[in-house]
Amino acid sequence: MSGFLKSSIGRKIAMALSAFFLMFFLLQHFAINMLSVFSPEAFNEVSYFMGNNPLVQYGLQPVLLFGVIFHFVMGFILEIKNKKAQGVAYAKNNGAANSSWVSRNMIYTGVTILLFMIFHFNDFWVPEIVEKYVEGKSQVGKDFHAHVAHMFENPIRVVVYVLAFVFLALHLLHGFTSAFQSMGGTAGRKKVLQNIGKAYSIIIPLGFIIIAIYHHFNHH
Amino acid sequence: MSGKGMNLTLKIWRQKDAQSTGKMETYKVNDISEHMSFLEMMDVLNEQLIASGDEPVAFDHDCREGICGMCSMYINGEAHGPDRGVTTCQLHMRMFKDGDTITIEPFRAAAFPVIKDLVVDRTSFERIQQAGGYISVNTSGNTQDANATPISKHDADEAMDAATCIGCGACVATCKNSSAMLFVGAKVSQYALLPQGQVEAADRVKNMVAQMDLEGFGNCTNTGACEVECPKGISLDNIARMNRELIKAQVK
Amino acid sequence: MSVLDSKVPKGPIKDKWTTYKDKIDLVNPANKRLIDVIVVGTGLAGGSAAATLAELGYNVKAFAYQDSPRRAHSIAAQGGINAAKNYQGDGDSTYRLFYDTVKGGDYRSREANVYRLAEVSANIIDQCVAQGVPFARDYGGLLDNRSFGGVLVSRTFYAKGQTGQQLLLGAYSAMNRQIARGKIQMYNRHEMLDVVKVDGKARGIIARNLITGEIERHSAHAVVIASGGYGNVFFLSTNAMGSNVSAGWKIHKKGAFFANPCYTQIHPTCIPRSGDYQSKLTLMSESLRNDGRIWVPKHMDDVMAIREGRKKPTDLSEDERDYYLERRYPAFGNLVPRDVASRAAKERCDAGYGVNATGEAVYLDFAAAIQRYGKEQAKIQGIDNPSADKIYELGQAIVEAKYGNLFQMYEKIVDENPYETPMMIYPAVHYTMGGVWVDYNLMTTVPGLYCIGEANFSDHGANRLGASALMQGLADGYFVLPYTIGDYLSDDIRTGAIPTDTPEFDEAEKEVKDKIDFFINNKGTKSVDYFHKKLGKVMWDKCGMSRNEKGLKEAMVEIKAIREEFWKEVSVPGGADEMNPELEKAGRVADFLELGELFAKDALAREESCGGHFREESAEEDGPQKGEAKRNDKDFAFVSAWEYKGEPADAELHKEQLEFNDIELKQRSYK
Repeated sequence: MSGFLKSSIGRKIAMALSAFFLMFFLLQHFAINMLSVFSPEAFNEVSYFMGNNPLVQYGLQPVLLFGVIFHFVMGFILEIKNKKAQGVAYAKNNGAANSSWVSRNMIYTGVTILLFMIFHFNDFWVPEIVEKYVEGKSQVGKDFHAHVAHMFENPIRVVVYVLAFVFLALHLLHGFTSAFQSMGGTAGRKKVLQNIGKAYSIIIPLGFIIIAIYHHFNHH
Repeated sequence: MSGKGMNLTLKIWRQKDAQSTGKMETYKVNDISEHMSFLEMMDVLNEQLIASGDEPVAFDHDCREGICGMCSMYINGEAHGPDRGVTTCQLHMRMFKDGDTITIEPFRAAAFPVIKDLVVDRTSFERIQQAGGYISVNTSGNTQDANATPISKHDADEAMDAATCIGCGACVATCKNSSAMLFVGAKVSQYALLPQGQVEAADRVKNMVAQMDLEGFGNCTNTGACEVECPKGISLDNIARMNRELIKAQVK
Repeated sequence: MSVLDSKVPKGPIKDKWTTYKDKIDLVNPANKRLIDVIVVGTGLAGGSAAATLAELGYNVKAFAYQDSPRRAHSIAAQGGINAAKNYQGDGDSTYRLFYDTVKGGDYRSREANVYRLAEVSANIIDQCVAQGVPFARDYGGLLDNRSFGGVLVSRTFYAKGQTGQQLLLGAYSAMNRQIARGKIQMYNRHEMLDVVKVDGKARGIIARNLITGEIERHSAHAVVIASGGYGNVFFLSTNAMGSNVSAGWKIHKKGAFFANPCYTQIHPTCIPRSGDYQSKLTLMSESLRNDGRIWVPKHMDDVMAIREGRKKPTDLSEDERDYYLERRYPAFGNLVPRDVASRAAKERCDAGYGVNATGEAVYLDFAAAIQRYGKEQAKIQGIDNPSADKIYELGQAIVEAKYGNLFQMYEKIVDENPYETPMMIYPAVHYTMGGVWVDYNLMTTVPGLYCIGEANFSDHGANRLGASALMQGLADGYFVLPYTIGDYLSDDIRTGAIPTDTPEFDEAEKEVKDKIDFFINNKGTKSVDYFHKKLGKVMWDKCGMSRNEKGLKEAMVEIKAIREEFWKEVSVPGGADEMNPELEKAGRVADFLELGELFAKDALAREESCGGHFREESAEEDGPQKGEAKRNDKDFAFVSAWEYKGEPADAELHKEQLEFNDIELKQRSYK
């Protein structure tokens, strides 16, 4: 099996598996965030659960972290290997003639998302971890909603988030169906799944954008 | 021929041999008929170069009817040029217009080193096929009768579609990752779709993929460029099938 | 007795091969490891031979000038491969395939060879299916067949329009298996430049590495030439650009007799030449004639109007068209054999009725077929009183399903939509039935030197039937040569490896190097292609579809003159020690310039018309067959095998008398 992970196709499949996992996580993250728009109470409850349930914290969270890091590291390894496989560059290359911009630029949209995630972790995740595990404070009764709303008061942050989600959408526009193809499914080439992919890639990032903008204009 | 032909500027990669470094050179050709094939236009250039005592441009070509897979030019940023479903030899000059500048480069990939000018070494494809692109049956003719095992028309047709690959390498040349997966996928698929190919299916896909990696081809990121540029329209589904076959081979 | 011994075994024709196989000497497996065999050319014949010989245990060295065996020109064959399987239950048999092939060849082939070919044809299909060749199948999952010109049964197996490609990939995959096992050493981008004889036997070759220019010596106990046909002597043909006669011609100069060089097949359905820059011609499958009607305008003013663009072919009414094949051959109509169809097109174009700017094109019209299929479909689909548009739409769909890929190819090349306007076609050189003389064992007149596939002369007589070239290539390579070569090699089990540091190799290598040095240093004024085109024009004009004494004599003189000019004025840029395509071409054209003259000499000597060889002096003078080819069995039922004597014109003729014991000689009539 270790040989499998060294093979090009093994790595491609691993990339797809981690992508599926991340796309699932994104859906879940999106659903919870949506609560912050409709019901601050429910949002607080779920946030507390996610932040303090041992199964989530010690089970899912490390898996998620691994998934994120794996997807990025493997992405970089493949990019470096692929660059090496190219040899001399063309003097003239008309990529637009045969493929979409998003499919050719996954590394750039990916790197942008990585940079955003550092920013995003610094905004939410790092303070959380410090609060819980360094300072040892209890989160019972914490108003997560107020914290979120407060963060989006800053228009610069809103702009950064909006841009990041645009890049996420671009990344997903190719990544969603690509993951199916990598797993050996041809479903990704069928209209139905392509449309689902498009819907997912646009609705989720757009939703996140709406949430950010909503909080910007609705902070009290 | 009737009428005045096109005047063109050609920018062509010239490289003396594998050891030398090459560079783009500029040439002019005049009065090119729109009915000419692209390689006939190259013939005109070469006759011109020979007449002026220069070395003609070396390029691979043979059948000039789109089936041998020998011709291999990267024209104006696309493998086999701007037309679809054709090899370079089937590309016609009516795709261009008077005054155009045409950039002509060899197929690029680390696994396709340049031999001279526009000629590249594609023997990496040979070694991939030698790693398992066959059915181990003796050529004695003493096999079972050809009709002893019926094969569904659908499978036979799909195997045929995969087998249509001419091994030109346009997929590799056009792929931003220089991946050979369309080529290998087509080969794996042809045998995976036929009952004769089942016995060795697991070893075949493992060995061919291992050899493909060893040759230094890149990984597939599903851009789909290969399928668009493939002169024979080999479907991306073949790559998916290869992935599936490899997963199956691992689980076995 | 003639110096030619065909070595055809005695006995009834249907038992000859079996009995012979049972009796010939074999080499035991342990000893095969001690024996080397060189195979030059890796198309269907060479590829299948290399794979099979390696499988048997011999050490094989295979040579291809392309970068992969898979690119040999066998790959371009479209239509299919014949085999006497009788899967359709339409009365096919080994005998019938044998009979059709001998008759199709106009009774100028060797009976015993053709029978053997028919006999092993069925094995080829079994073999190829086992290898994973994706032949077309019907809905029940069984193999499908189509019919081809000149026969009354459906015996042609096919893989879309790419049968040659699929069969070659099958042989190539068998080769790959042996290359991986180390039993075949594959030399891609290598060209054989001479054969080396030691004590009268073929013992090796001199080859040039086309990448580095290095001259290499390779030794073996036997040498097999499978280098294909020489159609490129005409410059324009449907052959690949690199297809050449050099391997065959080099062995001819070392003692192998060259047989029937004038037997050339000119295929009627090719895309016409569009200008002087033309580098090659493209064939479209003969199957088009099943539904297409061939015509030219009846009146000269319509011809002129069309050429000048004042009229379109669709403007002409039925009365204004001359469906000349239907007019001349009411029984077979548009389905007459290739040679007859080609000559008829030439006759019309020579009379001035050619429909394109070069005056060398006739129409192949599908309008009637579209109408016929459309009405048929309307009936099947139960449409009452269908509109003209509906009929056209339904009919076009059927034509597209049958010939879509060919129509598309035509449109890519000519830029006209053949559904809307008739196709233009003209005959083109396609296949050469002549070649190196071989006996029943496929051995040439040089011991240990074999010749298989299109490169030899053996099975097609004066005309080849459709879908028989692939059959012969694979039969020779898979099933005939691997047996017969054992008989010869059984004497060599104690010979040991053949050394290459001998005077014979020295001499051959020196000769090769001297010639290369000459080309590089000649610094002439004209390119190789200049001479090749000039040769091609003489060949086409005087040794083409119809030939006469005066023209052939002129051709011999003219070709000789071109050859002399070539050796003075040829210019080959670049060096010897590098990849140099012009140098490769120069060597090949030098050989064509000699072959061309022998070709004309052979055509001149054969004062009869047979198959692809039409002598204007030998035509029926009256009766219903007036103007048709007249064969002369009394004086010319022999194979012309030419022995090299220095100049092509001095070649000495040896005759192998053809005996027909199992088939009665008849005139081919298609009226």
